Amino acid sequence: MHARAETAASWPDEIFSILQRFEVRQVPYVPDAGHSQLIERVLGSSTMRGIALTTEEEGVALLAGAWAGGQRGVLLMQSSGVGNCINMLSLVQIFRLPFLTLVTMRGEWGEFNPWQVPMGSNTQGILELSGVKVLRASHPEEVREVVEAGASQAYNACTPTAVLLSQRLIGAKVFTK
Amino acid sequence: MSKANLLDRRAVVAELLKDRNGAIAVGGLGASTYDIAAAGDHDRNFYLWGGMGGAVMIGLGLALAQPELPVVVITGDGEMLMGIGSLATVGLQQPKNLSVIVLDNEAYGETGGQASHTGASADLVGVAKACGIGDSRAISTMAEVEDFSSTLQDVTAGPRFASAKIDGANLERVLSSRDGTYIVNRIRGSLGHSPI
Repeated sequence: MHARAETAASWPDEIFSILQRFEVRQVPYVPDAGHSQLIERVLGSSTMRGIALTTEEEGVALLAGAWAGGQRGVLLMQSSGVGNCINMLSLVQIFRLPFLTLVTMRGEWGEFNPWQVPMGSNTQGILELSGVKVLRASHPEEVREVVEAGASQAYNACTPTAVLLSQRLIGAKVFTK
Repeated sequence: MSKANLLDRRAVVAELLKDRNGAIAVGGLGASTYDIAAAGDHDRNFYLWGGMGGAVMIGLGLALAQPELPVVVITGDGEMLMGIGSLATVGLQQPKNLSVIVLDNEAYGETGGQASHTGASADLVGVAKACGIGDSRAISTMAEVEDFSSTLQDVTAGPRFASAKIDGANLERVLSSRDGTYIVNRIRGSLGHSPI
């Protein structure tokens, strides 16, 4: 395992470029350290609106409204947030939404905090049971390809998709030196 | 509060949607969706049959996507309580074209009339105000409903919030379409968006 890097990685910028290319307009998020660089890019963008949420399920409902109003969006959250979304994910199937979420993983790959493990271990299963296809990126060099595939199938084929960004990619959170 | 002279929910919603022009109306799970259907089916009615707690956020997504159009969320007290955090999210975003009105019967009417928090202790208008929705008002007369209704078309002065205390009578259900894809695609079509 490796600890979380102190310097900026390039893959969050690659994700931002993909979202720009797919004309994503609304970016609801609950902050996560793994998404911090991407969130900064979104908040500084003139074409995307970053929307801070109080809980992740708000983002699912927001994206349903955005789609009805003609805009694409993406939900940024941490693996624990997936559990907060379960009932609201019915909207994804009911409306046949072009749903895309990018999930930073906790509770795996060198995790220090046991409280993250139950939800982190079930994140993929819960998404799949809720009708969302799951892709995963574990290495920096594959992020662009995986997120591009996810965005493409979500927006072009209305196939609800989650891309899990592994803790192996992000680096485990360091609590003690 | 006094139970006398409570408002008729169907009269409230009929007044709100009387001169809607291009407005999009979102109804929360439960009786508010039947009230919107009772006021007349419309291709910009966003009926909810599930996703409890999501009505205000659906309204926010629509309002941000269509800033020139009035968006009005009409929901119940139970549905609003389940999505109470969304008022803080609306307060942060300040969408000028979004209005939210709660039809507050202080009960979960769909499930047998169990008491909700608004009858005893929770003040939704106070919550909305404290979340940063400056125009937040309690409504108890039809004149106040008319006044609120006349502001809905103004897409420069929102967000606004109102809670109307309504009669708890369970009225005959007026059933809208339950097909979510049809409901959403009909709204998209009315806004000029073609299917994928």
